[in-house]
Amino acid sequence: MHFVVCIKQVPATTNVQVDPKTGTLKREGVESIINPFDEYAIEEGIRLKERLGGKVTVITMGPPQAESALREALGRGCDEAILLTDKSFAGADTLATAYTLSCAIKMLSEPADLIICGKQASDGDTAQVGPSLAELLDIPHVTNVRKIVEIKEGYVKLERMLEDGVDVLEMSLPALITVVKEINTPRLPTLKGILAAKKKQILVWNKETVNADADKIGLKGSPTQVVKIFYPPPRQGGQVITGADAKEIAKKLVEKLSSHGLI
Amino acid sequence: MSKIEIITEKCTGCGLCIKPCPYGAIKLVDSPHQISSGRTVKQVAVIILDKCTYCGACVDACRYKAIVLEKEEVKVASEFKDYKDVWVYAEQRRGEIAPVVYELIAKGRELADKLGCKVCCVLLGHNIKELANELIYYGSDVVYVIDDPVLAEFLDEPYSECLAWLIRKYKPEILLMGATNIGRSFASRVAAKIRTGLTADCTGLDVDVTTRNLLQTRPAFGGNIMATILTPRHRPQMATVRHKVFKPLQKDVTRKGEVIQENFDFTNVKIRTKFLEFIKDTTSKVNLAEADIIVSGGRGLGGPHGFKLLEELADLLGGAVGASRAAVDAGWIPYSHQVGQTGRTVAPKLYIACGISGQIQHLVGMSSSEIIVAINKDPSAPMMKIATYAIEGDLYEIIPELIKAVKEYKGIKS
Repeated sequence: MHFVVCIKQVPATTNVQVDPKTGTLKREGVESIINPFDEYAIEEGIRLKERLGGKVTVITMGPPQAESALREALGRGCDEAILLTDKSFAGADTLATAYTLSCAIKMLSEPADLIICGKQASDGDTAQVGPSLAELLDIPHVTNVRKIVEIKEGYVKLERMLEDGVDVLEMSLPALITVVKEINTPRLPTLKGILAAKKKQILVWNKETVNADADKIGLKGSPTQVVKIFYPPPRQGGQVITGADAKEIAKKLVEKLSSHGLI
Repeated sequence: MSKIEIITEKCTGCGLCIKPCPYGAIKLVDSPHQISSGRTVKQVAVIILDKCTYCGACVDACRYKAIVLEKEEVKVASEFKDYKDVWVYAEQRRGEIAPVVYELIAKGRELADKLGCKVCCVLLGHNIKELANELIYYGSDVVYVIDDPVLAEFLDEPYSECLAWLIRKYKPEILLMGATNIGRSFASRVAAKIRTGLTADCTGLDVDVTTRNLLQTRPAFGGNIMATILTPRHRPQMATVRHKVFKPLQKDVTRKGEVIQENFDFTNVKIRTKFLEFIKDTTSKVNLAEADIIVSGGRGLGGPHGFKLLEELADLLGGAVGASRAAVDAGWIPYSHQVGQTGRTVAPKLYIACGISGQIQHLVGMSSSEIIVAINKDPSAPMMKIATYAIEGDLYEIIPELIKAVKEYKGIKS
């Protein structure tokens, strides 16, 4: 089977901090990482390949430096990597991104059986590219998959995580899933894997290679436009409750809470 | 295309525009030049057009009005004259309307009043007709209903076919959906099907009455920044909206509205997914996302035993138990309790944070709570800074006393 994993390179958000003086993002020295949710997608692709045979192709769209994310994915055990990079891809919203990915996936010499994406990216947090991509490829999809119960040629049975429980569903292949962190524990790249990955060739595809319609990619092809960016006003702190001992503090707090009608 | 330009004679090379740029698209280059005041400066700001999205953050940051942004002219509203009304997707499962729907009807009502149009709901499912009146009582003018056995359980394919068909038939100008797991999946598929813009997880909505554009505000970069997004050249403008941001209207059973039954022909629709069963989560007694009171624990609990204590307090207050990622990652409590960027977003009336330092990823998931109580040994923890009531101390001393005090207040014998 052919498993295709779509990943995104994102800023390591845990290091992104707001400058207390200017209230702006500190960008200096912020490294780029594989979107944490995509690590589960990569791992699931590799596990499925190990169980069922076949290969894992990893795809990303981004600036040339996104190659390092692909290199890391190869180091973990993906077989082939494709970097979609073109100046005209820049500024894409979720629909233009999904369109560009769909063009690339249609160009694969071996058709994809299962496309795996992370639940969402940690920078944009939209969770929209996966389902949109499935629609543009005219294949079914299920989001928030926490377990693949059974998979065979043309068929998959899986569990979808919802707010109040789990749906058990079955779906025909080819299809697309987005996965949540419950699905597995990602492995780290091994030294052997990293060395092997260095030798692997990464395919670099541009707008012409994937035969993309210039009106549907990048900023120009994006229906949504960011018109303003601002920093949320910080929540104002309140009061400190003090007392001689825990008992007194607890009593004061109960008074406060009851004055708000909370107990 | 939009255009952005730096006026060299005005640029002092101060660099104030660099940090606010979310895309790293501005740099300073050495280029000695004279500015309007006659002074000579060493550097000038340069915009890297490949990275620039024309968001305008730099324009606001420049003190010398040295950056000029010309936005691409948007189509005038008249080209969309066939599109009217604000729609709300009335998500339901097993005959129960998701609470966010009522919040969206209230907000949709406000937007529709500004635009001078109707607010309409779309109700899809099986044996759900009687729910339509409920939507009218909460403020909807019209309810479009497709009641069909195919829609008995939520599946992305048949649901998105139905909604796309209704959109094409009636042409709403705005479509709002709850940012639930289902809503975010379903909305993405529908938006791609009809090729329109979709903005995820909005926390603010308004309309520009001249252009009839929907101003969609949402957090990005883990809540560090807010972005306002438009869909100027496409209709409908679609957005998924975070729950508990807007308040529902009072239910009014005297309200009248129109219920329009539609029949959808599924003959040529591909349905390649099948529902087998639903397994309800029984570990949490209260749905975290909907709870009015949440008692939440973090690394400061020191171990799983701490959650027993929190559970006792939560039960007493009629609330749910939440957790920080640190506590979940340590294996002290299941993921379903996690609050934050990678867990649930909550907005209860009361959030009691016990031993949670307050990383930005956690704060983004709970900072719109009405009242926040923080109990922490470290007074400098971020959570203590934003709390309505901050208590410095050992949670293992304070919470047992708090439990006693609540019981006493409620007249319960311990």
